Amino acid sequence: MELLALFSDFTVRTVAIGAALVGAVAGVLGSFALLRQQILLGDTLSHAALPGICLGFLIAGSRRLEPILAGALVSGALAALLVLLLTRTTRIKTDAALGVSLSLFFAFGTVLLTYLQRHAGAAQAGLDAFLFGQAAALVPRDLVVLAVVGGASLLVVVLGWKELKVTTFDADFARSLGRPVVLIEFVLTVLIALAVVIGLQLVGVILMVALVIAPAAAARQWARRLEGMVVLAAVFGAASGVVGALVSASYRGLSTGPVIVLVASAFVVVSLLLAPERGVAWQLMHALAQRRSLRAHRVLVDLYRLAQDHDDLDYASEQGMLDAYFGGPTGHVLRRLERRGLVSRAQHMPEEGTHWILTGDGRRQARELLTPFGERDAAVDGATP
Amino acid sequence: MAGRALGMGGGMEPAVIGARQADGTNGSHEPAFALHVEDLTATYSGDAVLWDVDLNVPPGVLAAIVGPNGAGKSTLLKCVIGAMRPAAGHVYVFGHPYRRQRHRVAYVPQRTSVDWDFPTTALDVVTMGLYGRLGWFRVPRRRETDEALQALALVGMDAYAERQISQLSGGQQQRVFLARALVQDADLYLMDEPFAGVDATTERAIVDLLKDLRARGKTVVAVHHDLQTVATYFDWLALLNVRLIAQGPVTEVYTPEHLRAAYGPRVVLLGVGGHAPQP
Repeated sequence: MELLALFSDFTVRTVAIGAALVGAVAGVLGSFALLRQQILLGDTLSHAALPGICLGFLIAGSRRLEPILAGALVSGALAALLVLLLTRTTRIKTDAALGVSLSLFFAFGTVLLTYLQRHAGAAQAGLDAFLFGQAAALVPRDLVVLAVVGGASLLVVVLGWKELKVTTFDADFARSLGRPVVLIEFVLTVLIALAVVIGLQLVGVILMVALVIAPAAAARQWARRLEGMVVLAAVFGAASGVVGALVSASYRGLSTGPVIVLVASAFVVVSLLLAPERGVAWQLMHALAQRRSLRAHRVLVDLYRLAQDHDDLDYASEQGMLDAYFGGPTGHVLRRLERRGLVSRAQHMPEEGTHWILTGDGRRQARELLTPFGERDAAVDGATP
Repeated sequence: MAGRALGMGGGMEPAVIGARQADGTNGSHEPAFALHVEDLTATYSGDAVLWDVDLNVPPGVLAAIVGPNGAGKSTLLKCVIGAMRPAAGHVYVFGHPYRRQRHRVAYVPQRTSVDWDFPTTALDVVTMGLYGRLGWFRVPRRRETDEALQALALVGMDAYAERQISQLSGGQQQRVFLARALVQDADLYLMDEPFAGVDATTERAIVDLLKDLRARGKTVVAVHHDLQTVATYFDWLALLNVRLIAQGPVTEVYTPEHLRAAYGPRVVLLGVGGHAPQP
């Protein structure tokens, strides 16, 4: 109820729209970053944005979003260049180079930020909000900037969809088709950087990577195709952004970034647990079902062997004997097999225990189970090599 | 069997070739070689992986590129398709540079070179084979889907069209890759280890597929690692170990001397020197 009332508030509506945009763009490009294993690059880009944010503020002399985002993009690009330089010219591996670049730029940014807050009125401008994000700082003018940059990024993704997909899945094959793979990968990296940069004001440089990875990771659990994954990640990202921004806007002193990230993480946890096929719960159920069917198969085969031993296909085995043969209680297994029409009961004497007989279907299935896998293969294949 | 034709390469020693064309001629209107590699040298961080390689594959043969690990076999294919820039040398496909002949070439990368947990279906991967024809902005439609389904049927995978690629076995994944190449309807097929890690059923299916391609006048150049099967599956052979050791009809190249030159003196082979066993 309270959230609904909030929507009528102009500031809150601005925040909600901005957060939805930022979350959707982060979800879409985060999907590509996740599949290309570029998440650490996203983290480096966002931390490395801090000195650029400070310099953008210093040069423009105001807290307007455009120079600040431009500064963020430039220092992010410099950080990425440093990574390239380190990996090409030294023996440092990519992950270490990313770490070096991230800490160097972030430390420099922190020094700049603390200095500016003392001397250049950055405290009044609320520049420190860029560390953890501040939804309340978003003004309608900023929405235009976010919409233009975010909209343009999404347009590029839609127009270049086939090429982005084939390059992400199989770069060598894309090259064989004559696609300019280096250019496509460069564009994709720029788009990921843009998705990171437009989220900095809301989510902050420290946690922005979470909004890139979390919606995509959650969506990966449910989707069967890249199209579905990207759309779902956009929805998850937008939802995380809106809920997080609204919650933090309705309580004084709550940084927006951590709240948004908590919401996005909830999507990840639920998806990891519950998604069909890939979810933990689904896999557990699948394992249980397999164990159950294995038990059923063993009891069927036991019944069949007992009947064979007695040279009587309609031989009725007493349940106690089956328990001993199987090495454990078989009552529940047999009742399930009975429901499937594979065995039937035969009551010899009222005082005796239940006896069980294989039905025609049950015998057929037992015989099939007893056929070795190799022979079944040969029957399907025809000839052997 | 088809008649013998004499192929000449500029400056190369003449090679006797059992070339076969779809129209039954020796195709004098076509260049003598489906794939012609000249003085190719390639390096990885300063170390030569290919050194001054001259390769001439006539049209209509099933050619194997064979050699020990690190011999530069995959690198050679990557240089052909432009995925890697050679330090020196030239590549010609049917007499022209690759970039003018892309539409006549289908490339099958090593199966393990991609992430099979990528969210997509078998049909979608095969449809990627038509991206070259579609260009940048046209999207696949009904016609493309039908062609992709037909290609899947050719490799016996039509029942798996909507299956997630992560749920396919290694052999099934390889067949999906081959279907993607088939849908390209090329004249030259470049395959990197098509038999690696596949089950016996898939291996036989691939062999049948290769023979079918040859019967339709196509050329196949495959990186191959199994010396025991090379003489049965292929009719043309290039032995490679950074340098080219030998090339020509498999019956002439598959000799103990050549193999020792490629693999070193310790290689032990069964049935080498005589006639290759028939399948």
